[in-house]
Amino acid sequence: MDFEYLFELLCGGVVKGSIYALIALGYTMVYGIIQLINFAHGEIYMVGAFVALIITGILTLSGYSDSGLSVLVLAAVIAVIYAAAYGYTLEKIAYRPLRNAPRLSPLISAIGASIFLMNYVQLVQTPDFLPFPELVPEFEFMEPLSRFVSSVDMVILVVTALTMVALTVLIKYTKIGKAMRATQQDMVMARLVGINVDRVISATFIIGSVLAAIAGVLIASRTGQINSAIGFMAGIKAFTAAVLGGIGNIPGAVLGAMVLGIAETFGAGYISSAYEDVFAFGLLVLILILRPAGLLGKAVKQKV
Amino acid sequence: MLEVRNIQTYYGNIQALKSVSLTINEGEIVTLIGANGAGKSTTLMSICGVTPPRHGQILFRGEPIQHLSAEQIVSQGIIQVPEGRHIFPQMSVIENLEMGAYLRNDRAGIKADIDDVFGRFPILEKRRNQAGGTLSGGEQQMLAISRALLARPSLLLLDEPSLGLAPLIIKQIFEIIKQINAESNTTVFLVEQNANQALKIAHRGYVMENGAITMEDRAENLLSNEEVKKAYLGM
Ligand SMILES: Nc1ncnc2c1ncn2[C@@H]1O[C@H](COP(=O)(O)OP(=O)(O)OP(=O)(O)O)[C@@H](O)[C@H]1O
Ligand SMILES: [Mg+2]
Repeated sequence: MDFEYLFELLCGGVVKGSIYALIALGYTMVYGIIQLINFAHGEIYMVGAFVALIITGILTLSGYSDSGLSVLVLAAVIAVIYAAAYGYTLEKIAYRPLRNAPRLSPLISAIGASIFLMNYVQLVQTPDFLPFPELVPEFEFMEPLSRFVSSVDMVILVVTALTMVALTVLIKYTKIGKAMRATQQDMVMARLVGINVDRVISATFIIGSVLAAIAGVLIASRTGQINSAIGFMAGIKAFTAAVLGGIGNIPGAVLGAMVLGIAETFGAGYISSAYEDVFAFGLLVLILILRPAGLLGKAVKQKV
Repeated sequence: MLEVRNIQTYYGNIQALKSVSLTINEGEIVTLIGANGAGKSTTLMSICGVTPPRHGQILFRGEPIQHLSAEQIVSQGIIQVPEGRHIFPQMSVIENLEMGAYLRNDRAGIKADIDDVFGRFPILEKRRNQAGGTLSGGEQQMLAISRALLARPSLLLLDEPSLGLAPLIIKQIFEIIKQINAESNTTVFLVEQNANQALKIAHRGYVMENGAITMEDRAENLLSNEEVKKAYLGM
């Protein structure tokens, strides 16, 4: 058995899983609080990538010629702010008015918002693929590892890891994090201790959008091209990862994303890359048969 | 202190409260008794802004509050221990208590109050790092009351605190309610099906049927009232 090849695939899978994880967290956090599948979440990821593309373009045109990495960071920061504003607005316009409507209504609104955002970007930008500049330099220290992880991959892994740590600290120790957990566990009681639930829901959308935008910028600099449809497949995959891990469960989303990423690269590497998506969704079906609540999900208790 | 004037509350098109009026004076323990589905919990949730009334007025210290949001009402010191306890199941005992103090910022005061409830309920201190959902029913009720105390309530609303508990623990809970009222001058509004015990510790009582108040009197009078005896005291 070729262990180097196996390790190469494993690294590729973890990189892929990192991107899925960043997006999946937004699905799972929103679901955990308001039991809504935010179908437009993939589009926030796409918008993040586009904003970053526009910013790098502006920076290049205006003659800003610092290192590529600093351009990337600047573009990412602005993309994150934009995406946060999109996520916040999306919830306000598309979901909040339907908070007490039958469950199907916000779901349809979510699909509508997804289609709207995709077409909006298509209209004001272009439906074609646009090249995304290579901004991550080849790090010298990565030379010996270059067979397994490229410099871009390394950036993806480090950024994802730091983001996860920040998210964990936020949820565990900050006031808004505790309010989010309380709201997720018992919304009526959260209101009775004085939590402004509307604000918590807004915060959840903002945090999810920030994570998705980070993923969008990272993936754009890895693949080197983006278009208005990239949010669709990435969204479906990340949603799959969230369900795989147990929707509503935060560690579950990360685990599900890693399992999905690794399964895809192994399937592609050992069998055929043409069937990558088949492995992803086949895995989903398999896990849902064996563990209907997902890997870390608990069987849903019916409220009495 | 609290004056509820002709409130009507709906769930969608279903009217749960037809016209409820009641008054609670500072320092009192007032109880509200009634059969299942009478509208007792809805009355408390209306006061707290969770299911705001469609018509009528609620005055707290003379000011209308029926249009305020739930968190604004909490910030006025009106704190509810809801029916079924509603402990945050995946949060530890300590975290549940801290959530009670969500709107407070005085760290030292919160710490002192947590020590205080641990003095009152030593069992909670023993379970301080245990997830709330794993506590027994009696422990959860103690935690729910303690969590409410952490908000430093001026008006404490309790919804069937004795529900599902063993007689010995029920006795303890009623004893504590009396203590809270006497020691910290907390006004208490107590919803109960356990009418006998509730009327024994209360100053006054209201009887509710089908979304409306049907009787109101001093507690000892209600205890000896023939109708109340027959309907709610099982005599
Ligand atoms: N969420 C809801 N949706 C629709 N109807 C409701 C809802 N909650 C309560 N009701 C109805 O409102 C009426 C009053 O209910 P409420 O819970 O206030 O009664 P209760 O006096 O507290 O009863 P119990 O002693 O059983 O707790 C009941 O007829 C009930 O069916
Ligand atoms: Mg009730």
